[in-house]
Amino acid sequence: MDITPATSAAPPPLSGAPAPAEQAKSATRPGDRIFLGFSRGSGILLLVIMAAIAAFLAVRAVNALSHNEGNFFTTFEWSANSTPPVFGIAVLAFGTVVSSLIAMLIAVPVAIGVALFVSHYAPRKLATPLSYVIDLLAAVPSIVYGLWGALFLVPHLGGLYSWLNDYLGWTGIFAYHDGAARSLFTIGILLAIMILPIVTSVSREVFLQTPRMNEEAALALGATRWEVIRMSVLPFGRSGVISASMLGLGRALGETMAVATVLSPSFLINTSLLDPGGGTFAQNIASSFKESGEIGKDALIASGLVLFVLTLLVNGAARMIIARRKEYTA
Amino acid sequence: MAKRIDVGGLNAYYGNHKAIEDISMTVEPRSVTAFIGPSGCGKSTFLRTLNRMHEVTPGGRVEGKVMLDDENLYGPGVDPVSVRRTVGMVFQRPNPFPTMSIYDNVAAGVRLNGGRVRKAELDGIVEKSLQGANLWKEVKDRLNKPGAGLSGGQQQRLCIARAIAVEPQVLLMDEPCSALDPISTLAIEDLIGELKERFTIVIVTHNMQQAARVSDRTAFFNLAGVGQPGKLVEIDDTERIFSNPSVQATEDYISGRFG
Repeated sequence: MDITPATSAAPPPLSGAPAPAEQAKSATRPGDRIFLGFSRGSGILLLVIMAAIAAFLAVRAVNALSHNEGNFFTTFEWSANSTPPVFGIAVLAFGTVVSSLIAMLIAVPVAIGVALFVSHYAPRKLATPLSYVIDLLAAVPSIVYGLWGALFLVPHLGGLYSWLNDYLGWTGIFAYHDGAARSLFTIGILLAIMILPIVTSVSREVFLQTPRMNEEAALALGATRWEVIRMSVLPFGRSGVISASMLGLGRALGETMAVATVLSPSFLINTSLLDPGGGTFAQNIASSFKESGEIGKDALIASGLVLFVLTLLVNGAARMIIARRKEYTA
Repeated sequence: MAKRIDVGGLNAYYGNHKAIEDISMTVEPRSVTAFIGPSGCGKSTFLRTLNRMHEVTPGGRVEGKVMLDDENLYGPGVDPVSVRRTVGMVFQRPNPFPTMSIYDNVAAGVRLNGGRVRKAELDGIVEKSLQGANLWKEVKDRLNKPGAGLSGGQQQRLCIARAIAVEPQVLLMDEPCSALDPISTLAIEDLIGELKERFTIVIVTHNMQQAARVSDRTAFFNLAGVGQPGKLVEIDDTERIFSNPSVQATEDYISGRFG
């Protein structure tokens, strides 16, 4: 009854109680107070939880760092359980950033293409089922992607990598010395497929919201379909695509099971992205957590904290890019 | 520059719904023709058939012919994109490209149509178009500012500058003043008077005083009832339509007896 107090202010037709005298202050009814308390409480709770997580991570991380004999940022080693413990995140940071960047380079153009096709080119009969299939890709559990990557992608990428080595091997980045393709590049491809659905569906939604009058402005000037997209759809969707990409990047940075299943980890920074080796923050935590002792676990937490900060920076950068264009997106 | 429009037996549909039926009329070059009529009578739909914008609406299709001098806009092999380059359009609500500067907004059509244009030449076109739209004095010091930052009336004049920058044969205006205040409306009406020296202008308006003020010829559209297609009742010199129309329905509408 408290939730629907609307009848108490209007002259109540059923109850005989007199209506309250008019107040100068705007009336607050029980519903307002309940909702205010509820929403304020939720907000505070969220902040408390965030602070608690941050404090927990920080305390454990500091504990690990105080025992570390190596340099946390430059050491190419993860022997957190030996005495004295020696560990550094250089390899993990490199692997995480590089594999995510490869994923972004592959996934974002494809996602924009698919989103434009679904929103502006495909006939509705085709667009609707296609959207469903893309959304369905997002529902596949990451371990399934991992198994598929390990059992299908890895054996089939050797040929491509040899070809890349023949033509681009001189760059060093695409050198490949026969072996299982359990490399950062394979991870990048797998992550690209995994983040494709989220980037695509967010981009599609943004493209569909392009104001009709902006598209007609271009059409009436004699723009072709692609020119309409270039002049009105893409500029309008720009910040949305950036947000979508950052969502995808967030997932790629933190992806654990698929990476742990496919990658053959090592604590070396390999200039060739096609050769096996390397590691990522999340994969390293998943792979090492079980056989870690007290300090080892705290060291993993410290690396997790770095991943947390990295993700935060990525989001901050995305917001800056979006804000810089704000004047133009009225 | 300006061309004559000759429409014959034109029907337009939204899916299975016939929106306008059997419209025939001639629009003289270098004149202003106003379309008036009650809401839903199909005058905007008809306007949009004149630059093949009707068919971009899902389900939209057109039967009949629209001759621009000797060329049928709906003839086989006619590219709608090139039609829209010769028949420019200004919309009800000002719609400058929100991410583009004032300069780029005016240059947008030229860049599409001409591909690469020399910078000096483009500067000239932009200045001439903005002057043609009576906007140059107000914006010449901030050509690189976003077009969306202008007032509503200025934005509409920017859209007119954008449309005339590509030197169209015909300029279509779909209620160009309905979102503007009286002073901006006056500025646009004055501008229409100047533009008819160079272009064939067709304007849809709900404001009968506006039709009387700006147009040489007036066409009255009406529909028999809800769900019925709109039809052209009559087209005549504006003076005659507003003083002594030949059809009773026109007189009823103009004198405010319905609509």
